[in-house]
Amino acid sequence: MNSKRRWKSILTRLRRALLFRKATTKIGIYGPPNAGKTTLTNRIVHTFVDENEDVGTATEVPHETRRAVRRAGVIIDLKAKSLEDPNSDLNSESEVKQKRGKAKLKLDVVDTPGLATKIDFHEFMAYGLEEDEAKKRAKEATEGVIEAIKWLDDIDGIVLLMDSTEDPYTQTNIVIIGNMEARGIPIIIAANKVDLVDASPQRIANAFPQHSVIPISALKGENMVDLYEEMARRFR
Amino acid sequence: MEIKMNVISEDKINSMSSTEKLRFILDGVKSGDIVVLEGGLTSEEQMKLIELTMTEVDDDFSGIEMSGYPSKKGFLNIRKKTRLTVVGPAKVMHTTKKDKDLISAIISAI
Repeated sequence: MNSKRRWKSILTRLRRALLFRKATTKIGIYGPPNAGKTTLTNRIVHTFVDENEDVGTATEVPHETRRAVRRAGVIIDLKAKSLEDPNSDLNSESEVKQKRGKAKLKLDVVDTPGLATKIDFHEFMAYGLEEDEAKKRAKEATEGVIEAIKWLDDIDGIVLLMDSTEDPYTQTNIVIIGNMEARGIPIIIAANKVDLVDASPQRIANAFPQHSVIPISALKGENMVDLYEEMARRFR
Repeated sequence: MEIKMNVISEDKINSMSSTEKLRFILDGVKSGDIVVLEGGLTSEEQMKLIELTMTEVDDDFSGIEMSGYPSKKGFLNIRKKTRLTVVGPAKVMHTTKKDKDLISAIISAI
């Protein structure tokens, strides 16, 4: 059964590559709760679409995003962005990166709810929510996890976001990576929150040596060019 | 309070369909047991188990804790061989350390 699905996926991808390339690539931003998925999605949209458009709200409360949100028609064009806005975030990075920043990719970005194996409403009460509100949020969060899993059937690539200050070797991360490998879907690991003192992106690279790991800070906009270049290379 | 651990043989697991397997595991975990599966679950089965678990989370059952050794490359490096998976109630089991050959977990009675 799994083998059948794997071959079907490989054949579909081959046919797509040889006969007709999709005009738009659907990219899912996946990861555990509070890894910074919505912050990254907002960063991408602010940089390439509209600096005042938020796809979602990012807070410190886990499972803030409880519905997948798709932002269609994002064009990642580093060259155009550099020329059009010399003061953009991208240009605050090193000159070397500006010179090779020519990546271009049209995509739909899907900001997904955080994947988890457990959701306890008591955790939300610790953030000051009343019991009824916490239970409601927990219920919505479980639905969000299911929705995120269902989206895996409909995406062309994923950016798996991990918090660089946390142990990356969790079963949830392993399960996502295993599923993508089985389906033959390209995956980039973004080691987020490198602006924090106790961040260790190397720990993530050591845990998953078979995958590209790009250290970033979605909040501060650090190293984003490397991520966009890698996305253009892997997801084109 | 006693906590029961069920260690299930690979033969028993292989005799079940995917749906039966997941139902069997979740029923065990919901009744408070730790379920250890010789041979383990594939990553697709683990994802389905997470999905099934989420449909059953309520005020009393907050979900599962799951750990496993990563798959080994099998014949001609094509087919991956799963190894071992441990699943328990999230309220009882907490994984403290994990790498490719070691799983450390604390099991505590409620």
